[in-house]
Amino acid sequence: MSKEFDDNKPIFQQVKELIEDQILNDQLKEGDQAPSTNQLVNFYKINHVTVAKGVNQLVEEGILFKKRGVGMFVAEGAKEKLVRKRKEVFLDDYVFRLVQEADKLGISESEMLEMIRQVKRSDQDV
Amino acid sequence: MYKIEAKEVSVNYKDFQALKNVSFSLEGNKIYGLIGRNGAGKTTFLSLLAAFQEASAGQIQVNGEDVFENPEMMEKIALLYDVDYKDETEKVKNMLEVAKRYRPNYDDEYAMYLLERFKLPLDKPINKLSKGMQSAFNVVMGLACRTPITIFDEVYLGMDAPTREIFYKELLEEQTNRPRMFILSTHLVSEMDHLFDEIVIIDQGEMLLHEDYESLVSKGVSITGDADVVDQFTQDKEILNEQRLGQTKAVMVYGTLGNDELEKARDNGLDVGPVSLQDLFIHLTDGEES
Repeated sequence: MSKEFDDNKPIFQQVKELIEDQILNDQLKEGDQAPSTNQLVNFYKINHVTVAKGVNQLVEEGILFKKRGVGMFVAEGAKEKLVRKRKEVFLDDYVFRLVQEADKLGISESEMLEMIRQVKRSDQDV
Repeated sequence: MYKIEAKEVSVNYKDFQALKNVSFSLEGNKIYGLIGRNGAGKTTFLSLLAAFQEASAGQIQVNGEDVFENPEMMEKIALLYDVDYKDETEKVKNMLEVAKRYRPNYDDEYAMYLLERFKLPLDKPINKLSKGMQSAFNVVMGLACRTPITIFDEVYLGMDAPTREIFYKELLEEQTNRPRMFILSTHLVSEMDHLFDEIVIIDQGEMLLHEDYESLVSKGVSITGDADVVDQFTQDKEILNEQRLGQTKAVMVYGTLGNDELEKARDNGLDVGPVSLQDLFIHLTDGEES
């Protein structure tokens, strides 16, 4: 199995997020053709049922749509939808764990804010 | 769509029982992975399906009809296996002519495309091809004949890694374009597990399990951490394998863990990871432990 995948999440979920990420960072634009199930299987060497499960969920959520006989495409408004969804999980997945870890290490709120500002600043310098 | 049904099938060779009371049903356009250890009964199982031999007891039917000595049904099933081609002096192209005559769905254009992919020469006698090329030729026949039920019994023997890659790619491509039932027996579990919809494991002549890939693989969980904590967490679970390094212990558990159990494991500082089909296979068939 490819090392791009970690152990803590179902693989189909990670396949899904992989495509979502490509849409979020504009590697895949709305209207673009998304990679086919077989392309993903051959590239990542993961089971084709697993890949299909991830891809089908994106279709159900209206992120991708199928053109019969042609392939999968990125739907209109897909990026906006994803940003909204990811913001919702941002709190649970990132902020919550950040605060948890900070508590463990005894980092105060103001220290934490200062760290965030630092990172933001160095980000802009690049 | 096709359905293969076996009811309490046994095969006896003199004083050896190769298959014991095996029942199963395979249905639909899926890629089945048939795995089992050496001598487990895979080839016997497949040759029954293809009506190459008759069961000693029980019944095998395809779409409700017996397959043995049923020419109409046999036309719908192709079994490709490690044929001994040392006396086969026909050229590749003549062998394809034969296929054209006997296999109604045979697609010549597709066969030519595949020959090219595998770099097989049309004008060479089959027995002058290398072992790997003979295997590739079997793959070409299996794919291009487009029989509704296509069985590959360890068809990759002798193929080098790049050639096997081509086989896997073309198989998936074909399954996308012209879905049908494929049954592949293999020992190369980790290399081929991405192809399978469903898994059948045969062990010592018996059907050990038949399950779809996802649910089978999700049943294997590895738990790693402090030995005492691991022992406590896994005490009421089915353990397939244990390894220990100092105070760290890794245990392979068989059986799906609920979300609350997963959370409990993580809260206790245990690492929870997936188990590959290969590892499951090894430890499900590795002996008499109960």
